[in-house]
Amino acid sequence: MEKAGIVGVGQTKYERKKDDTFAELVFEACTGALTDAGVGIEDIDNVITVSNDFWDGRTISSMAIQDAAGSYNKDVSTVEGDGVFGAMYGMMRTLSGSFDTTLVVAHVKGSEGNMNLITNAMFDPIYQRKLGIDATSSAALQARSYMEKTGATEEDFARVSVKNQGNGVNNPYAQIREKISVDDVMKSRKISEPLKLFDCSPITDGAAAIVISNEKGMKRFKKDPVWILGAAHFSDSYTLGYRDLTNSRALEAAAKKAYDMAGITNPLMELDVIELADAYSYMELLWYEGLGLTPKGKGADLIRSGATAMDGELPVNPSGGLLCAHPVLVAGLARIIEATLQIRGEAGDRQVKGANKALAHGINGPCGQAHGVFVLGS
Amino acid sequence: MDVENIIYHGRIKVPYKWYVGETGSRFFIGLRDNKELWGNRCPKCDRVYVPPIKTCWECFVPTKEWVKLKDTGTVESFTVTHYSEGVAPKDVPIIYGLIKIDGADGSLLHFIGDVEPGDVSVGMRVKAVFAEERTGSILDIKHFVPSNE
Ligand SMILES: [Zn+2]
Repeated sequence: MEKAGIVGVGQTKYERKKDDTFAELVFEACTGALTDAGVGIEDIDNVITVSNDFWDGRTISSMAIQDAAGSYNKDVSTVEGDGVFGAMYGMMRTLSGSFDTTLVVAHVKGSEGNMNLITNAMFDPIYQRKLGIDATSSAALQARSYMEKTGATEEDFARVSVKNQGNGVNNPYAQIREKISVDDVMKSRKISEPLKLFDCSPITDGAAAIVISNEKGMKRFKKDPVWILGAAHFSDSYTLGYRDLTNSRALEAAAKKAYDMAGITNPLMELDVIELADAYSYMELLWYEGLGLTPKGKGADLIRSGATAMDGELPVNPSGGLLCAHPVLVAGLARIIEATLQIRGEAGDRQVKGANKALAHGINGPCGQAHGVFVLGS
Repeated sequence: MDVENIIYHGRIKVPYKWYVGETGSRFFIGLRDNKELWGNRCPKCDRVYVPPIKTCWECFVPTKEWVKLKDTGTVESFTVTHYSEGVAPKDVPIIYGLIKIDGADGSLLHFIGDVEPGDVSVGMRVKAVFAEERTGSILDIKHFVPSNE
C-alpha cells in the first residue's frame, strides 16, 4: 500500500492571551513546519486549514487566514473539527495521488470568545441548547456516569491531572507548567460537580501545522519522515442521552482500525508513548479503555498502577496534554506533533527514551462524540 | 512589542428560526397541550427514543410507532453546575440530570429542581413538573423533582 509520512512540524507556544492575530499565529506555525521540513512554500502542493467560525467570531473563518497559510495559487480545502481530522484529510489527499504534499494548519484563540457560550451552541438548539448545557457541564455528566459504572473516584481523576501537570513542566510549549498534588485538585474550586477547576483544561490560544508527504513527494525532503502506520476516525451519536457515555465505541472502532493497519495486537506492549485528548481529567481513564490499554471499567486501575507515568511502561501525555494547554481544534494536531517529536527523539525534557511507535488521539463533539487515532512510527 | 495593542470588542447577534419538523413538533405539542411525554420506537431494534427522532441512530431506519411515556423516570447521572452564562432560566447552582424516562431507552437531558444539591443521587426517582405557561418547547417541562412514584 502507498504510504504517507510527516515531514515537518511547527507550533506556537500555547498561552492564555496571545497578542498575535489569527493570521500571525497561522503564519508562525506554517513557517515553523516548513523550516522544520527544510522546504519552501513552493514545495507544498495543497493546503488544509482547520478552524471554527464560532470560535473565531466570523463566517468562513478558514478564508480569512489563507494568506498566512501560503495557499495562494494552491488547491485548498478546510476542516471544521479537531486537527486530527485535518491531518486525516491531508493524508488522504496525498494518498489519492492528486497531490504529493499537504500543509495542514489549525488555529484558535480561546481567550477572545466565551468558551461556555460557544460550546453551549454545539448542542441542538431545539432540545438541549436552551438548558444552558455546555462542554464542561456535559463532561461532568459523563464523569459521574463513569464513576457510577466503574467505581472510579474523584481522586482517580485527580491522579490524571497530577500526572499530566507534572509532565507539562517539561514542555516549553505548554501553557500550565506547575506541579500539583491530588490534594490541590480535590480542594480546587467546584466548577460542575464532580469536576473541579484542576479537572478542567484551560482556555488557550495557539496554532499548529504539519507537512504530510506521500512516498513520491519524499525526495523533496532531507529528513527521515515519521510514517503514518495507521489512521482512523469514527463518530457516535450526537444527542446527549442517546448514547452510553461510559462506552466509547467510536474510539474503540477507530483504535481497532488504526491498530489493524499498523499491525498492532497489544497496544499496551507495542506502543511506546501516547498523546491523547484529556480535555477533562476523567476522559483519560475512559480513553484508556477505548484504546484497549485496559479492560472496560478498569481505567482507574491503570492510572493508579503508574503504568502511564513518564517512568511507566507506556507514558501517556508527556507533553502535559490538554490539561496543560487546550487550544481547541489545534489540540489534535499538537498531539500528532508531540508524537512525531517523540519518534524523532526531539522531544527534549519530555522525551520518552527510545520511543519508536506512538499514538496520537483527538476528539470532536460533546463528551468525545468523535475520535481520531493516528499510529506513527519510524 | 513596543506598540500599544488595541483590542476591538464586538458581538455577533443573529436571529434564527429553526423548524422543529413533524416528529419534534408532535413531541412539543404533547408537552404543550396535554402535559404528555411521547417517544417513538425503532421497528428494528425496539429502542424508544425521547426526545423522539425521525431515524434510528443505530439502525438507520425510520421510526414510525409513537409511544406514550410516563412523566416519571430515574436519574442516570447529574451534575451541580456552579456557574451560568444566563442561558438557562435558573439560578446557580444549576442541577442538570440525564433522566431515564420510564418506558424509554437512553435518557433525557433536563433540570432537576426543588431539591438540595446534596440530596440528589444516581438512581433517584423523579417526576416531571410542567411549566404553567407552555409554548411548545423543551422548557414546557420546568424540571424534574424527587418522587416516590
Ligand atoms: Zn433501531
